[in-house]
Amino acid sequence: MDFLIASSTEDLCELLAEDPTRQLLAGGTDFMVEVNFRHRDISGVIAIDRIEELKQWRHDGDSVLIGSCVTYREIERGPLSTLIPALAQSARTIGSPQIRNAGTIGGNLATASPAGDMIPVLLALGALVNVRSRSGVRQLQVGELITGVKTNSLREDEFIESVRVPVLSGPQEFLKVGPRNAMVISVTSLAMVTDIDREYIGIALGSVSASPCRSTDAEHFISENIDWNNMTVQSGAIENFERLVRESASPIDDHRSSSAYRTHTIGVLGRRALLRIFRLED
Amino acid sequence: MGIPQESSQYELTVNDSKYVISGSWLGESLLYVLRERLGLYGSKNACEQGECGSCSVMMDDVLVCSCLVLAANAEGRTIKTIESVADGSDLSDVQEAFIDTGAIQCGFCTPGLLVTIHDFLDSNPEPEESEIKEAISGNLCRCTGYGRIVEAVQLVSIRRSNRDT
Amino acid sequence: MSLLEEGIASTAGVGISATRPDGKEKARGDFLFSNDLSAEDMLWGQTLRSPYPSAKIRKIDFSQALAIEGVHAILTADDVPGENIFGLEHPDQPVLAFDMVRYVGEPVAIVAANHPEVAKKAVDAIYVDYEQLDPLVNSQEAIEAGPIHPEGNVIRHMVINHGDPDANGNITVEGEYEVGMQDQAFLGTESGIAFPSADGGVDLHISTQWLHSDRDQVASALNLPDDLVRVTLAGVGGAFGGREDVSMHVHLCMLALYTGRPVKMVYDRNESFLGHVHRHPAKIWFRHSADESGALVKVEAKVILDGGAYASTTSAVLANACCFSVGPYRVPNAFIEGWGVRTNNPPCGAMRGFGNVQTCFAAEAQMDKLASALSMDPVELRLLNALKSGDTLITGQKITGTAPVKEVLTSLSEHPIPDGVKGDLLELPGGTGRTTDNSHVKRGIGYAASIKNLMFSEGFDDFSEARCIVVDGKVSIQSACVEVGQGFVTLVNQIVEETLGVSEAAILPVDTSIGSAGSTSASRQTWMSGGAVLKACEAVVDALVLELQKEIGVEYERVGLNLVPKDSSDSIAIAVALRGRNFDEHVTHRHLPTFPLDHNGQGNAHVSFAFAAHRAVVDVDQELGLVRVVEIATSQDVGRILNPVQARGQIEGGVTQGLGLALLEELVLTDGKIANANFTDYLLPTAMDTPPIEIAAFIEQPEPGAPFGAKGIGEPPVISSTPAIVAAIRDATGFELNRVPVKPEDIALNGL
Repeated sequence: MDFLIASSTEDLCELLAEDPTRQLLAGGTDFMVEVNFRHRDISGVIAIDRIEELKQWRHDGDSVLIGSCVTYREIERGPLSTLIPALAQSARTIGSPQIRNAGTIGGNLATASPAGDMIPVLLALGALVNVRSRSGVRQLQVGELITGVKTNSLREDEFIESVRVPVLSGPQEFLKVGPRNAMVISVTSLAMVTDIDREYIGIALGSVSASPCRSTDAEHFISENIDWNNMTVQSGAIENFERLVRESASPIDDHRSSSAYRTHTIGVLGRRALLRIFRLED
Repeated sequence: MGIPQESSQYELTVNDSKYVISGSWLGESLLYVLRERLGLYGSKNACEQGECGSCSVMMDDVLVCSCLVLAANAEGRTIKTIESVADGSDLSDVQEAFIDTGAIQCGFCTPGLLVTIHDFLDSNPEPEESEIKEAISGNLCRCTGYGRIVEAVQLVSIRRSNRDT
Repeated sequence: MSLLEEGIASTAGVGISATRPDGKEKARGDFLFSNDLSAEDMLWGQTLRSPYPSAKIRKIDFSQALAIEGVHAILTADDVPGENIFGLEHPDQPVLAFDMVRYVGEPVAIVAANHPEVAKKAVDAIYVDYEQLDPLVNSQEAIEAGPIHPEGNVIRHMVINHGDPDANGNITVEGEYEVGMQDQAFLGTESGIAFPSADGGVDLHISTQWLHSDRDQVASALNLPDDLVRVTLAGVGGAFGGREDVSMHVHLCMLALYTGRPVKMVYDRNESFLGHVHRHPAKIWFRHSADESGALVKVEAKVILDGGAYASTTSAVLANACCFSVGPYRVPNAFIEGWGVRTNNPPCGAMRGFGNVQTCFAAEAQMDKLASALSMDPVELRLLNALKSGDTLITGQKITGTAPVKEVLTSLSEHPIPDGVKGDLLELPGGTGRTTDNSHVKRGIGYAASIKNLMFSEGFDDFSEARCIVVDGKVSIQSACVEVGQGFVTLVNQIVEETLGVSEAAILPVDTSIGSAGSTSASRQTWMSGGAVLKACEAVVDALVLELQKEIGVEYERVGLNLVPKDSSDSIAIAVALRGRNFDEHVTHRHLPTFPLDHNGQGNAHVSFAFAAHRAVVDVDQELGLVRVVEIATSQDVGRILNPVQARGQIEGGVTQGLGLALLEELVLTDGKIANANFTDYLLPTAMDTPPIEIAAFIEQPEPGAPFGAKGIGEPPVISSTPAIVAAIRDATGFELNRVPVKPEDIALNGL
């Protein structure tokens, strides 16, 4: 039973290679809840939140490379919030100020909750996750990293090093439904991002399926009805768009909400996000 | 012995004092250690899940829930708790404002709120009401309905700007 | 003449916003809550609880658990030294389950170990062989179902028959309503520490609402005489009714006596939800009939309260729900039938509002329905029917005290309504979730009014003891009155200031070395324990006057804070006269007696009544069903304000709890199991959910017989706040909404 503090990514690679059963601790906002309530047996822990490289981010032209230990707070405020507004909007809805100060983008991804608030945004943006081990680095799409409810495809000896997030040239939206105005697990959420130059629209849904998912049918359909030069959308397409968004969701009933409510609201969110970004063309 | 997963020794710096923790269980949160090992009972446990803010402390000048910090991982960091908020005086101006406005009833949420508000006012000295509410949105209070707490924050802001002019 | 009878205007302590004497300690984090206690050599206790709502216990095997290093004791029902049964109103609940478990969370065994983690591991290692049974979870079915307890499933059945059953008005409205299970969710979880003592007794330090009731139940279970069980109050982190019943008390004492060491126990949040009683869920049917002017002619109701597995205070809660079911209105003919039933759901008991909450939600919905059917303004309808002093309640009791319902309603309805301007993101429904724009929002306004009976009822002999001790002019007060945050400790200082002119009293530790002060509940402590403290201080003045007469032959008379001689020699301040003198006056204060209800629910069963009204303004995003409460305004009948800031604190806190029941708070049950026993999913209002709470008016008409004329303040804010919010949502949406808490989908999917 041991507790280790990794000093660098190389160090971390070695520690994991040595004993892949060791568990990684960053912000602790999911990890410690499990420990406190005895849902996580901890025998070996590696704290990774002192590794400087993991806590940094940089802007590389058309993308940002965000270290996995960058906190929600840093994403919510400061320069990142201007570069990736939807990610900042999602960060603002996570937990509380205390949680946002500690929780990390890497944690949100690795925990892979169906309600993880950053995940729909990263999906919609087409973010890539850099996963590393002593054997090297591989790059995964978010949808390849997250494979099911609280399940990720990381190998035992791997960790999330960084996330490469495209910086788009167009409006973006993140909307989240919850019964309370703070500290609330999302009942449904939706991210919609656009790139005017590339005539790209990305739509992803949260809390309506085992893992957050892209709404590709809705994206394709609405793309055909968007005038990118004027940033308008055909009013006749809205109803069908909303239906396609609903159909890309497969929500469940649980103690938080019902599948009927989730289905209804995800469509509404899709429509509202669309009409914030685009004007109606008559 | 007898404690599962006994951790090796580590050192904590709390309110400018150094403490050596030994013979502890690795899974102990900072909140547990502060309270049960260091006798600093000011930080409170109302949920142990990060959903109530009663355990709020400053770690390296950042506001966090101490129930979500693995105590052993707080080594090498500067921790400040409610016990140091008055900074040598009897009461800080925020503590005084809480008393003056009637923002304290049972008092269980009070320490967490005070730590949060001290931090908040440091970076936001003249806040709007909505900003105050968002800043304390991670601190639950069951007794007061928050009205007098918000008033206390506004009172501090006014008193500080009067003092400085 | 006593201030008790007179209710004179104050010049000194009472009526001002005195600051609380424990404020500094609490602000510094120095105040010790029961969670913060510790002792040398102490062990940690932990409880094994039933995972099933209904099961036979075939066998308990804790041999493996006992073998874990660090475990000092594992105790079960066989180890209960005395009666393995307890209960607040009526003993029907085992200290530790022996043959059966009847609810999820029922205590089955207790452990003491040298570290809380070891204790938890030991609990996990105890093997119980259960034979699961089908749980009874439907309160309606419970009435006729086979008994799940030797005492049967109907804890209480009562009727109120008042007036003429054949009376009928021209307009009739009917409805079925439901109230979900709310939880007190006090922040300081259950905790305490028990010390075995050399005399074979035990010292229990615990947060609670009623020391003596605890003491009696513990003594019976431990088979000890009362004087060997000493209960001392530890700091209370909120209560709201959830600490009135015994929780860990006997368990702690058993472990301490068995191990010979101090034992501490702390429930975590999840266990806290399982470890105390909740607000009774209710199913209510109402039929109101009125004449065409809107005057109520007859009200009929059926009320079923789900009491869960054990009785707790179900009987009294049902009585309240029925007696005050019709609300603060004159109803010449009323026929109410109520059942408090037993199920395998979690046990229910006291929560602030105590039965009045549930029927008020339904009755106020009915009043709005009636107003709508009559095309009448909802406030006008209420004013028309409002009770006043001298009116008769549906229990046949005449209101002899004050009843300013009209003033409460009028002052509220005249209070300015906030602007319709929607500001920034945080003022819209959905807040930072950014779900909603101005165009999606509709505003609604709703009103509701309520009545709450103050203090205990139906002939209960309620009393409070207090002692005023003077040593060389310094005053100490001894009382077993529990401070849960409401500010009783402040009031004590104010009373001493008011009667003796002494600015600070020491408040002695609150324990069972003095007689009972009764429960901190039922909005009773200002009247009962404030009254007792007042009486004790006045007894000191009387003793002082007597002593002075004996000593110097002068006959003084008390005038305000001075003693004025009958001849024209100099008067003297009481505080000055007390210097160098010693007194010790121990008094018992009672209110005028009440009487049981007869078989028709008639009788002078209640002491006094407080009235309140609330107005809610909400913005609703109907498509998503999200609600932002913009403002809640209230007027309340208070008799007399003793401390404006503290009064406001009670109102703001209570209204927020009412908001919680309206929109957020429900323990979700599936076959008797709680799905959300945590703060992630049992949602308390945060600062971002709580609107400005405006006090339109404190209506001060001094209540005869009440110390200082003051009525209890704590419960009314929780009662009509909930229905006012729902009324506002109905106003915005046109939907019926017969259940609280209102969920977003109740609005968004309504009619779809």
